[in-house]
Amino acid sequence: MNKNNFLLQTRDLKKYFYKEGFFSSDKKPIRAVDGISFSIRKGETLGLVGESGCGKTTAGKSILRLIEPTSGQIFFEGQDILLLNRKAMRKLRPRMQFIFQDPYESLNPRMKVGEIVGEGPEVHRLALGKEKIQKVSDLLEKVGLHPLDAQRYPHEFSGGQRQRIGIARAVALNPELIIADEPVSALDVSIQAQILNLLMDLRDQLGLTYLFISHDLRVVKYISDRIAVMYMGKIVEMANSEDLFKRPLHPYTRVLLKAIPKLDPKKKRGKAFLQDEHRPLPSDQGCLFQSQCPHSRENCKTEDPQLLDEGEDHLVACHFVS
Amino acid sequence: MSQIKQNSLKNPLLEVRSLSTHFFTEEGVVRAVENVSFEIYPGEILGLVGESGCGKSVTGLSLLKLIPIPPGRIVNGDILFDGRSLLNLEEKEMEKVRGNDIAMIFQEPMTSLNPVFTIGDQIMEAIILHQRLNKTEARKRAIDMLDRVKIPSPEKRVDSYPHQLSGGMRQRAMIAMALSCQPKLLIADEPTTALDVTIQAQVLQLLKEIQSEMGMSVMLITHDLGVVSEIADRVAVMYAGRIFEYGPIEAIFGEMRNPYTRGLMHSIPQLTERKGRLNTIPGQVPDPMNLPVGCKFHPRCYMMIEDCKKGEPIFQVDGDHFSRCIRWKECC
Repeated sequence: MNKNNFLLQTRDLKKYFYKEGFFSSDKKPIRAVDGISFSIRKGETLGLVGESGCGKTTAGKSILRLIEPTSGQIFFEGQDILLLNRKAMRKLRPRMQFIFQDPYESLNPRMKVGEIVGEGPEVHRLALGKEKIQKVSDLLEKVGLHPLDAQRYPHEFSGGQRQRIGIARAVALNPELIIADEPVSALDVSIQAQILNLLMDLRDQLGLTYLFISHDLRVVKYISDRIAVMYMGKIVEMANSEDLFKRPLHPYTRVLLKAIPKLDPKKKRGKAFLQDEHRPLPSDQGCLFQSQCPHSRENCKTEDPQLLDEGEDHLVACHFVS
Repeated sequence: MSQIKQNSLKNPLLEVRSLSTHFFTEEGVVRAVENVSFEIYPGEILGLVGESGCGKSVTGLSLLKLIPIPPGRIVNGDILFDGRSLLNLEEKEMEKVRGNDIAMIFQEPMTSLNPVFTIGDQIMEAIILHQRLNKTEARKRAIDMLDRVKIPSPEKRVDSYPHQLSGGMRQRAMIAMALSCQPKLLIADEPTTALDVTIQAQVLQLLKEIQSEMGMSVMLITHDLGVVSEIADRVAVMYAGRIFEYGPIEAIFGEMRNPYTRGLMHSIPQLTERKGRLNTIPGQVPDPMNLPVGCKFHPRCYMMIEDCKKGEPIFQVDGDHFSRCIRWKECC
């Protein structure tokens, strides 16, 4: 089952949100994650990129069952974790951890930093008493903080420091997989760089595997080996980082790449050409991007494009390309 | 003709001279803006760039005298608009300037637009107030403005409420509101930060087009160097309430002469193949109530020497390019 050494694999993962309508005619679900499939090898970093509302955060949370998926399969080391009961899932959790986006909301304001970071090891009986205190000290130092910071409360720290606390908490259980949801988006650019360096150092030191979720293409390219582009709940393109940027195939990926400012006043970016804003109609079939796509043809409205390999492990879901 | 040459032939539209805005709190005085000077010329876009807490938003609010008093106060300096001192104006006179000669747009359109009024009403409010048009004429003008900012079906959208529009649409509506009286200067405080990158590109493009058509000046306040590189003509980089570098955009991006500016640029991941660790600025921004002596950046600066603790003088690098660093010649 796991011959390719994949640490994580998802297959047709879906998360639909059903509105609780008083009127039964109101049954159309919001297809936040609409059938995504990908694999991450041990030690690899997969970037999951897309704009707001594309479903990337929901996907990340669904994979760890922080939100229960609607359907699909999630394989961790070859085992479908959706088949596990609560007890079995709990045993697995130390091996897969989450880093949240908002450093101001993801730490319990009433717990001291030491309690926050030490909670996981204590609950899972990985380190207790004096051992736990030592472990917390080591972790805080590892993320660039001071052991004495364990006695302080989150509000006493800046955004970047709080994010370091969140990272310490995530690695406290010696996980193999970390899902990082926009871990640097709320930070100033100079602090972003510090945190990105920290994440990369920890990856090397601890042999971590990352699913790195972000809307920021520069950041994603920097840290990821492979990148999956999401749009309206689906993966529209997936390739090695270098290849995605050199050879973007999906029309949406191209728009996304074109929209990145070049940081060189002499080279202004090309005019973004999206027809109008991201409000495609909830059609049941067909490509969700077709209303904004310059290459849209008849079959785009009726047939859902599948993710196909265009060579060298570069997958695209587009009728025009394939 | 280069921007520098063009500017020297005109008088500035806005002149800020040694502006200092402080906040007097129970814990102490926060010197949010300290001795800030810059100019904005007719028809140009000045980018005011810096990270959180550098004082850029407070600078923008100070220009329109929107600083809450107390605890804030403009303690020093002057702001000259079209040759006239704004600080000396009575509030009644200032009200004629706001929305009319100088307009402002903010970061979060959902919180800046009034949720209980239609966008049409909000656009018309300024027009009726400043331009003495009747309701019918004002409504027509509002629809024209919505069309100008490329909102589809403007004659229908004019009666929409803010919550019925997407983020990008709301920002366009706010731009329409700001431009309804054809101001000479638009202050845009992080106008695209809350927007997706593709929508950001559209909104910036729109701003640049309208600005160019109307010959309007823009002060673009942002932390995003990318945004600045796309549309600004000149840039002022702020840190700890001061301007650290100031000049034409090609100079700031191509030949920066301040280690903070350099640190900022190098913190951004490049799209080219270079990998390995990112160059970072160590440490964090100083506590505004406990600023370092001399140069406010020196504790974090790779070029720091003893003399940096002695003061924070500004040097002229070239014509229009200034840097607050005693080692500017060796930088960067």
